[in-house]
Amino acid sequence: MAFLHLEGVAKSVELPDGERLDILKGVDLTVEVGEHVSVVGRSGSGKSTLLNILGLIDAPTSGRLEFDGIPLERLGNADRDRRRGRDVGFIFQQFNLLARRSALENVMTPLLYASGRQFWRRERLATEMLERVGLGGRLASTPDQLSGGEQQRVAIARALVRGPRLILADEPTGALDVETGASVMELLDSVAESTGAALITITHDPNVAALARRHYRLDRGVLAPVDVNRVLAIAESGVTL
Amino acid sequence: MTVARQRVERPARENPFSRAATAFVGSLVEAWSELRVHRTRVLLSLIGVGVAVTALTVVVAGGAIATQVSTEQSERYGGRPAMVALNAYDPESGQQAPTEAMTAAVRDVTERYEIGYTSRNGYGELSAQLPDGVSLLSVNLVDRAYGTMHRVPLEAGAWFSVYDENRFAPAVIISEDLWNRLGRADLRTHPTVTLLGDGGPTTAVVIAVTASPPETMGQDTGVMLLVDDYELLASETQRANVYYNYEAWLPPEIAADLMPLLQRDIAGALGEGYMVDAYRTDYLGYGGEDPLLFLKLAVAGVAILVLLLGALGLVNIALVTVRHRIREIGIRRSFGATAGRVFFAVMMESVVATVFAGLVGVLIAVLVVRNPITTAWIDQYVEDVPAFPLDAALIGLGAATAVGALAGVLPALVAVRVKVIDAIRY
Repeated sequence: MAFLHLEGVAKSVELPDGERLDILKGVDLTVEVGEHVSVVGRSGSGKSTLLNILGLIDAPTSGRLEFDGIPLERLGNADRDRRRGRDVGFIFQQFNLLARRSALENVMTPLLYASGRQFWRRERLATEMLERVGLGGRLASTPDQLSGGEQQRVAIARALVRGPRLILADEPTGALDVETGASVMELLDSVAESTGAALITITHDPNVAALARRHYRLDRGVLAPVDVNRVLAIAESGVTL
Repeated sequence: MTVARQRVERPARENPFSRAATAFVGSLVEAWSELRVHRTRVLLSLIGVGVAVTALTVVVAGGAIATQVSTEQSERYGGRPAMVALNAYDPESGQQAPTEAMTAAVRDVTERYEIGYTSRNGYGELSAQLPDGVSLLSVNLVDRAYGTMHRVPLEAGAWFSVYDENRFAPAVIISEDLWNRLGRADLRTHPTVTLLGDGGPTTAVVIAVTASPPETMGQDTGVMLLVDDYELLASETQRANVYYNYEAWLPPEIAADLMPLLQRDIAGALGEGYMVDAYRTDYLGYGGEDPLLFLKLAVAGVAILVLLLGALGLVNIALVTVRHRIREIGIRRSFGATAGRVFFAVMMESVVATVFAGLVGVLIAVLVVRNPITTAWIDQYVEDVPAFPLDAALIGLGAATAVGALAGVLPALVAVRVKVIDAIRY
């Protein structure tokens, strides 16, 4: 069963001069649990807006979105927030770690919004997750004591600690050098695969996009499938989208 | 890895109770974490609240002590609530009922109603042989219970006891001025004063000293003597000139019901021809509004003003702070924090912080009010130095919590209005 199903999803905003700007136009997308999907596109193509809609942070202007089989309109605001916390893990380009908190505290943050065993065992779960991303020895380190790659690994641990069924990575290697980015993506890919979560990577880097099983290109708000060979060719040419 | 695979299955439905419990504890954990991380800012913002709570608690405690001072002063003159004066007179001649008959009637009636505290109170005169010559002393005549009924403050020694009632040498309580004239002899040495009564000189033992008002300038020659002793010492003329007030200390809650019964029974005991008056003399018996109401309102007004100033400072800092935390709030929202949870957590930060500040504030207030220097100062004015009023501590803590909640509402509303998308990009 599809975990995410988008049908004719559009998003538009009204500009200050009264004109309407269409950010997304008729987006159709279905993502199953365990899939790895990439969406490439230039800056301003609507990638982040799509990611926000997929992660229940934003709502489409029109179209149909089913999250875990439930139409979006049937979910209240609080229910969306709870489902987002439970089922979605975000990884941001700028890591978005909480400053002055240790790596352990950062990874424990999503568990503060969990209930039951996840909440009460949050320290242990967070420690285990940091060990899985190779940061078992840096539990007490604050973001300013970690390198970019380490910070993104903390962000990955934080995104995965509640066992989400969907991981949304927005330019996960955008702030990292090529080598560190590759190792971070390798880690993200392997951890997502091992947990069975769906992974949607939004990027303008074809090398990152090439790691996915299904590939899409977002151009001026229109989402279209892309052949993997084309993505690989772009990746080999060293060009970024 | 197997465990992780299991987690991507459809999650079990959450128990609402468990969710509420973890949300509450989670908010507290978040609030504490926030306070810990931003401890310098929090400490600075809480100085105002702590000072306000200290001031509030000190003012409330000071008010309680001032009330105690005022109450004790009122009680010295009018007696402790409910003090009832009993007088019997002939309505035709205006003559007071004979002392012996009235004393017997009051004793019988108060015994019947099991009233433990009654006293006569009158003023007479006696000559005394002092080191610098014979002086005429003004004598306040009382029964043993009078000291408790009027909270008579003593500079030294102890009030009349049962033992004093049965002494062969009468016990006397003298004024401080008189004590000075006697050379301030240590009361443990049982100093004496020679009273020149009708039957010749009588040695009286000084058992205690009362404070002399400063305006007497050393000329206060007042002494207190038990009525029965005076009756033995004084001449017939001196005795006849004394007008006695009879007082009974009743439980305030039944005083109104008991007073007519006392009137009726005393009148009955005295026989035909006497009217008996019974009226309250204590400060609560005057009727109308509480005589300490103005003092209490003034204290409450100052306390509220102080607290409002503290709250304003806190709101100001909290509003500025929350605007610097928009990105963090957005991150938390992206990881599942509901709007309600963000509201509660931000408000709890304020509440947790102010409760902490309140505890410190109350502690400082206790140190201010109960340190030896302050208590020694209060002791000059109050017989029963009150313990630190629990009310003041509770009001201080309650006010701190309320200020925290009120000051937390505005920033919490600002936090809830944060748009997650904008906040993450912030």
